[in-house]
Amino acid sequence: MLNIVPISLEQGLAYALAAIGIALAFRILSFPDLTVDGSFPLGGAVAARLIFEGANPVLASLAAIVAGFLAGCLTGFFATKFKINSLLSGILMMTMLYSINLRVMGRANIPLITTPTIFTPMENMEISRDIPVIAFFFLVVLLCKIGIDLFLHTEYGLAVRATGDNEQMIRSLGVNTDAATIFGLGLSNAFVALSGALIAQDQGFSDVGMGIGLIVAGLASIIIGEALIKPKTVFRLTLAVVVGSIVYRLIIAFGMRIGLAPTDLKLATGVMVVIALAVPALRSAKEKKMKLRGV
Amino acid sequence: MASPMLELKNIVKVFNADTEDEKRAMDSINLTIEKGEFVTVIGSNGAGKSTLLNIIAGTLQPDEGSVTINNKDVTRIPDYKRASLLARVFQNTTMGTAGEMSIEENLCMAELRGKKRGLKWGVTKNRRSRYREILKTLELGLEDRLTQSVGLLSGGQRQSLTLLMATLIMPEMLLLDEHTAALDPKTAAKVIELTNTVVQENQLTTLMITHNMQQAIHYGNRMIMLHQGKIQLDIKGEEKAKLTVNDVVAKFSHTLKDEALLSN
Repeated sequence: MLNIVPISLEQGLAYALAAIGIALAFRILSFPDLTVDGSFPLGGAVAARLIFEGANPVLASLAAIVAGFLAGCLTGFFATKFKINSLLSGILMMTMLYSINLRVMGRANIPLITTPTIFTPMENMEISRDIPVIAFFFLVVLLCKIGIDLFLHTEYGLAVRATGDNEQMIRSLGVNTDAATIFGLGLSNAFVALSGALIAQDQGFSDVGMGIGLIVAGLASIIIGEALIKPKTVFRLTLAVVVGSIVYRLIIAFGMRIGLAPTDLKLATGVMVVIALAVPALRSAKEKKMKLRGV
Repeated sequence: MASPMLELKNIVKVFNADTEDEKRAMDSINLTIEKGEFVTVIGSNGAGKSTLLNIIAGTLQPDEGSVTINNKDVTRIPDYKRASLLARVFQNTTMGTAGEMSIEENLCMAELRGKKRGLKWGVTKNRRSRYREILKTLELGLEDRLTQSVGLLSGGQRQSLTLLMATLIMPEMLLLDEHTAALDPKTAAKVIELTNTVVQENQLTTLMITHNMQQAIHYGNRMIMLHQGKIQLDIKGEEKAKLTVNDVVAKFSHTLKDEALLSN
């Protein structure tokens, strides 16, 4: 049973980057952004194509970050400048990205088994591959977590947070909230794309369908994390998301170990999120009933 | 005489134009407010009070006419670009602050009103100790709760904080939109006194909408009454100082059907 730990840790950390991005949109900006199901494979596609064409894996990953940033900005642009409903803006972007990702890759799947990736030096080490790879993801996640924590406490970072908290108030204090939303979504999807780029290299291929259901998995991670660590501050929120992502992968690995088919994972995750979201509503409904009865 | 702080020229605002519900919320309003004037605005529901404030703040754009603040034509300038000129306190106590953010973070955002916001650290040590000193003046104990989120405060505390935020960096003009209406009478009295002190001490040009006739008469040095999108009454100076509720009621009982205006 213990051997599910390394793989869960690796995946949990790798997907934590995406979960941080999703939390930035959903929790900080209060923007339910569905772009991520498209920007995650976009990151994978850009990195894989560039690496396949012989580019440096680090530069290819940076290019993926830029691509994700632009995709997020575009979603924000649709929502703020064209006043398209935020959910629909994300869905539109996600759908368009499907075609774009196929264009970028030139086909549905690029294998990266034979080409050197960011992980190749770690695979050539004398020790088990798990240790350096987990250490690498830990370092990247730590840097991203601290980076976003710091940013959200800068003067502009405060404005981005206020945009999600009380838009009218921060507008009256002189902040262009459209720009803050666009930038915030760009940042969010940059994290998601980086996650996609690294995961494609880690698993040895990029696939156009690798983002399906990512948003739900990300939300599950956030909800689990928030249940474990009360997100009273930005620092705690990002910590909760990382911890939640690891715990989520542990649960999934455990589920598969006791016989859950990989094809049922999305159903299981969806049910998990629905239950988590239903509990507060059901609880308050019960309280209301009790109140009516005078309890 | 120095140039006026605010000039509204021939402001027209029509809602639901060309439908059965068409409403002329602003019907050719002309209003000039001098520097240092404290103007109270009364009028029944739907008289156009909030529309007036929204047009000055830029949340709404007039259909016709021009808005000039301190010699600057701002008619077509969006609300967030007017922030360096105006500060606003709303009726809803949750509207003036970011509830999930801390007291010190809210103050920091207010300190940067209308300024460029970069990647410099927000709540610096310097700022924190200054906020602590300023919060002491409220005598609400908030100076010991700097890092707590504003959502934990009571309505009166939030409104006092909003007022402090509005005047942390002095605006050219202060807009108050029935900012005590949602508070219990005791807290409302405290907040209005605080308002008066801040306005007097800083000779702040102020426009205060109120539902409370007593407030409108007691505070400020000029009072205007709106009715159906027009300014029906404009009293200043000596005349304003001598004004009583009965005078206004006697003169305008026919337009003051709104009971809320006469209560208190």
